[in-house]
Amino acid sequence: MAVVFEPTKGLTDKPFHYCPGCHHGIIHRIIAESMVEMGILEKTVAVASVGCTYNCYEYFSCDAVQAAHGRAPAVATGIKRNLKDNIVFTYQGDGDLASIGTAEIVHAAARGEKITAFFVNNAVYGMTSGQMAPTTLLGQVTTTSPFGRDASYQGYPINVSELISQLTGAAYVERVCLTDFKNIQNAKKAVQKAFKVQQAGLGFSMVEFLSTCPTNWGKEPVEAMEWLKEKMIPQYPLGCYKGQDIDFANLGKAEEKEG
Amino acid sequence: MAGKRVLMKGNEVIAEAALRAGCRNYFGYPITPQTEVMHYMAKKMVQIGGNFVQAESEVSAINMVYGAAAAGARVMTSSSSPGISLKQEGISYIAGAELPAVAVNIVRAGPGLGGILPSQGDYWQATKGGGHGDYRNLVIAPASVQELYELTVEAFNLADKYRMLVMILGDGTLGQMMEPVAFRDEEPIETIEKPWAACGRNGREKHNTVTSIYIDPDELEAKNRELQEKYKYIEEHEVRYEEYGVEDAEIVITAFSTCSRICKNVIKQAAEMGIKVGMIRPITLWPFPSKPIYEAACRDNVKAFLDVELSAGQMVEDVRLAVTGKKPVYFYGRMGGNLPTQKEILDKIVEIHEGRNA
Amino acid sequence: MIDFSIILAGFGGQGILSAGKMAAEAALYEGKEVSWFPSYGPEMRGGTANCSVVISDEPIGSPVVNDADVVICLNQPSMEKFEPCIKPGGILIIDSSLIHINPTRDDIKFIPMNASQIASDLGNMAFATISMLGCLSKATGCFSRESFESALYEVLPERRHKLIPGNVEAFDRGAKFAE
Repeated sequence: MAVVFEPTKGLTDKPFHYCPGCHHGIIHRIIAESMVEMGILEKTVAVASVGCTYNCYEYFSCDAVQAAHGRAPAVATGIKRNLKDNIVFTYQGDGDLASIGTAEIVHAAARGEKITAFFVNNAVYGMTSGQMAPTTLLGQVTTTSPFGRDASYQGYPINVSELISQLTGAAYVERVCLTDFKNIQNAKKAVQKAFKVQQAGLGFSMVEFLSTCPTNWGKEPVEAMEWLKEKMIPQYPLGCYKGQDIDFANLGKAEEKEG
Repeated sequence: MAGKRVLMKGNEVIAEAALRAGCRNYFGYPITPQTEVMHYMAKKMVQIGGNFVQAESEVSAINMVYGAAAAGARVMTSSSSPGISLKQEGISYIAGAELPAVAVNIVRAGPGLGGILPSQGDYWQATKGGGHGDYRNLVIAPASVQELYELTVEAFNLADKYRMLVMILGDGTLGQMMEPVAFRDEEPIETIEKPWAACGRNGREKHNTVTSIYIDPDELEAKNRELQEKYKYIEEHEVRYEEYGVEDAEIVITAFSTCSRICKNVIKQAAEMGIKVGMIRPITLWPFPSKPIYEAACRDNVKAFLDVELSAGQMVEDVRLAVTGKKPVYFYGRMGGNLPTQKEILDKIVEIHEGRNA
Repeated sequence: MIDFSIILAGFGGQGILSAGKMAAEAALYEGKEVSWFPSYGPEMRGGTANCSVVISDEPIGSPVVNDADVVICLNQPSMEKFEPCIKPGGILIIDSSLIHINPTRDDIKFIPMNASQIASDLGNMAFATISMLGCLSKATGCFSRESFESALYEVLPERRHKLIPGNVEAFDRGAKFAE
């Protein structure tokens, strides 16, 4: 009988602890599958951050380092500078990357650090129970914006992909979502593009995933998915913000020939 | 060139020693009075193909150290007091994840932005943890440029051996001064395997994880007990100090680094006046040389201790703990970047000797 | 010689720090213990520069000098600041081309010398401090002319050795003021 589906070697056998309807599981899987398909699992070092995925190293089967809150891009810099032929990626949420770690992500991108950041934006702090994030939408109710985020009081959401794409050192930046099969396939392509950019030494690469957080949004999984499509995407439009002109089909091939 | 003495600045010697010790990673942020470490590294580290990154912040620099150490490399950072405060988060994580690294603090006077002149006011921060959680750093306090060289090399061996942060605690005097230093032809580098490093599986059966998080309380307690066992071993095996004339001293000075140099000259002056003064100079501030201090306190010839520091009195607390009330412990300190003069210390000794200070 | 201490002070750019270093190098050449300690930080940006040099037959205590055996000044603010720091019986050497005041103390030896004039005559303003080192050497014997010259050959890169005869000439002219 033909095998139509099997676990990926990029993940361990440990069951995810993530809430029902949360997108971390899908994101983990497409990263893990990409590592296996690209043949880089054995030479990848993941950098876990602080948030719901603090222990993502228990799921990814590559080597991993756990970083302090917001510091993953700095930790990844220290690793990558020593392991120039390896692949190093960070896995960060919106509080981690866009709030406490703003300096680290901006400067890693500005330096053109040859690392990849996987940025999961669910517009809320998940692990600490639903506080306002830098990416929380205007009007969105959270435990620390109980009357809805008010621009005059709490300021505006940060569009990270747009921000990072302005930096010369950032070679590839794309925002994706995971609301259906087509988008998941597209997200997986983005993951592989980011890894390819790193392999080719073009500079910093980042994929921003729009994700649901049914638990902290107080919504059923399907309802959360609809909310993401209706509310989040208008604020955070999908698409490639940097590196549209990269010829991915031939990326690395010229290098191989030279080598 | 071995044995030949060359005149060099303390800060540059730290950098040169690190390179000689096989350190190929430096991550830092500029701050007076230690920037020459960085200047030296910016040039020499790059010339020999190592990694030098001027980080966007002290916080980022220490986390780059964390990453490089996790990947199995020899790595260092250097800073001065306010910068070291910013690094405390990373230092706690380094302790938790048991990573080998070297950090240099060329201390300046605080608190706050304070001043840029020499101080020893970071003794507590260095020896009592500094960041959150139950942990220790191995803290070494060189007293000359020659010692800066030898002990910096040693720091890398100790860091690898015990998988912990070793801090070189200097001050503005030591970092900025030039003194002769004689380099060895070959450094005593102890190469230690790092099978725990996260450097890619490369066929390894299980993936390696470098982490400091243990959500299960029993697991975390067990981890802490392991750390405490390690610290206990270090307390038993790595105490370093210099003892000077204690066998017939009436007064024993305790002082480290820059202060101990000044005190050595005071001891000579006191001897000329017929007052016998000795000194115990801690070289490791943690582990602290409590035992020799206690033994000195037990001697009949020793009547009192005088602790001299560039602070309001920090190490003096450890001295008092070691003396256990057996003899009086007096204190003399200067702050703000001022150094005590020999005369000031001598006056204090005469006071104690004449019983005017009781 | 135990903890023989010198303070050199003047404006930034007059070669104060490097002259101090050369004094230390010369004494080191003789096998002495030496230390050199600069003023550092914001003070440097203010335009003044000073450094302390200690020369000794024994390990040096503090590299920071409060009471100097010799103070060498190349500007008036430095003289006002450091004259009180000289030990009784100590020496104050000043560049009389640049400083036009007299010391207030009478318990010190005062040597005014036209260092900048010497430098100007020799066509290199960096020689002013060097001529004052000549005076220091002759007046105190803390290092010899020979050690100074040998140390220059050792410390300076080859391409700058052509400057050494000029340095020595300035040194000798300065030494005359100590006679």
